[in-house]
Amino acid sequence: MNNIFAKRRARLLAMKAIRDNYIPGDQMMSCPGCGKESRRKDVSEGLFVCPLCGYHFPIGAYYRLSTILDSGSFRELNAKLPAADPLRFPGYREKQRSAQRKTGLTEAAVTATGTIGGRKCVVGVLDSRYFMGSMSAAVGEKITLAIEFAAKNKLPLILFSASGGARMQEGILSLMQMAKTSAALARFSDRGLLYISVLTDPTTGGVTASFASLGDIILAEPGALIGFAGPRVIQQTIGQTLPEGFQRAEYQEEHGFVDAVVPRCELRDTLALLLRLHERGGRS
Amino acid sequence: MNKLTAAERVAVARHPQRPHITDYVNALFTGFFEQKGDRLCREDPAILGGIAFYHGRPVTVIGTRKGKTAEESLRCNFGMPGPEGYRKALRLMKQAEKFRRPVITFIDTSGAYPGLEAEARGQGEAIARNLLEMSRLTVPVLAVVTGEGNSGGALALAVADRVLMLENAVYAILSPEGFASILWRDAGRHEEACELMKLTAPDLLELGVVDDIIPEPEGGAHLDPVQAFRELDRAISRHMNALVKESGQSLAARRYQKFRKMGVPPKEET
Repeated sequence: MNNIFAKRRARLLAMKAIRDNYIPGDQMMSCPGCGKESRRKDVSEGLFVCPLCGYHFPIGAYYRLSTILDSGSFRELNAKLPAADPLRFPGYREKQRSAQRKTGLTEAAVTATGTIGGRKCVVGVLDSRYFMGSMSAAVGEKITLAIEFAAKNKLPLILFSASGGARMQEGILSLMQMAKTSAALARFSDRGLLYISVLTDPTTGGVTASFASLGDIILAEPGALIGFAGPRVIQQTIGQTLPEGFQRAEYQEEHGFVDAVVPRCELRDTLALLLRLHERGGRS
Repeated sequence: MNKLTAAERVAVARHPQRPHITDYVNALFTGFFEQKGDRLCREDPAILGGIAFYHGRPVTVIGTRKGKTAEESLRCNFGMPGPEGYRKALRLMKQAEKFRRPVITFIDTSGAYPGLEAEARGQGEAIARNLLEMSRLTVPVLAVVTGEGNSGGALALAVADRVLMLENAVYAILSPEGFASILWRDAGRHEEACELMKLTAPDLLELGVVDDIIPEPEGGAHLDPVQAFRELDRAISRHMNALVKESGQSLAARRYQKFRKMGVPPKEET
């Protein structure tokens, strides 16, 4: 009985994951990293990492979950939480609808429970295809609900960030989500529970300046841009060109803000190991 | 109350003669002792911090410092703090908690400094850490937005039990120029942005982001600073007297709930 549901859930996630990254036929994909073309099949078999240069393509939230969670363990949390327009910003509703049509998402965050290597956890993922994964009231609320769910059920929490920063159309309420999510993490941490933050390309602005930087353990995908201010703004401010590799994952590792840069193909195993290493702490 | 447009309020909030952090400290506090440095790396003059008496009660005072003269402004990086500034602020807040002192912050900044070294030393991490730690401080925290309060750089001092705003102050996700430039690729449309951003005190009171508005003299605080200080003192006293009656745990719990509610979608949309 249980098995049937697990199979159904596995199929559901697989379908959603395919929609995230589907490119038909034998099409070639050109890599923004090295500019060379590879067969889609090869790229997709490598979890959307360029087989020639190792560039990590952006991937959708459901696809990400399908690469991380044990098959059939995925259960989405608060899937129906609606997108909001708290400032009644002109034209915003139409833009939201068009982004929803294009991505099949309701908002930029997907949260779920599932298992990794058999260990139960709560996972949240920001999807950069929806308004650049920017922090909206709905994103802040969904992430906060996920944190609270993990706290209540004494589960480890893993958040994948990919964000251009604030959601302009939600103004100050976007800003307030930084305080809300950080405060929720304070309470979560006070319970002695584990939070792993995974930074993916790009993680900037208000997301960097809140939950993304607050992990007990912080991982990053190779080459991911990670920073508070964007490189364009910094360049304008200081009026000089930025050094090669500035704000990339490896730079942040070198400067002490990332525990480890982990290639996408190793992420699942790394997360499974970290969950095992914290098994006791998480259950006391 | 005088009725200014949002764009006019932005201009008043940025007025060069508008009272600065040092004016507020001199007018409202006695025995101010400045504390410098983050104990990790350096002193950031863009944030002023220290201990002082507020009507006889020791408090920790922290505020962004724009500088009054050209020389001072340069030294203070025009009030744009780096991570060291936020880490100093956090150090002083934790110390306030240790000695059971209330914290009062003053905010007037165009934002956290978007510079190379600020990034290299973790601007994002420093702000995030302040948000997390401020949310659980067990002493009263009162924030006043006195001029412009922009971005995470302002919020990093404003996770408070009460957030007060001067009547012509503005509080926003970023400057109207930055907003227009990001949204429309045209910084020239900043006046239009001002209206849409809901950055004025009355707008923010309605959104539940701030708790009280402090009236300013006709035309702005710079035209009659003494009157502005009197109104501000009255408001801080009133709120502080209410906050000091609460236990530390209850303050932290209420503060959490206050920020927890921000931007929760209204029920009818579900």
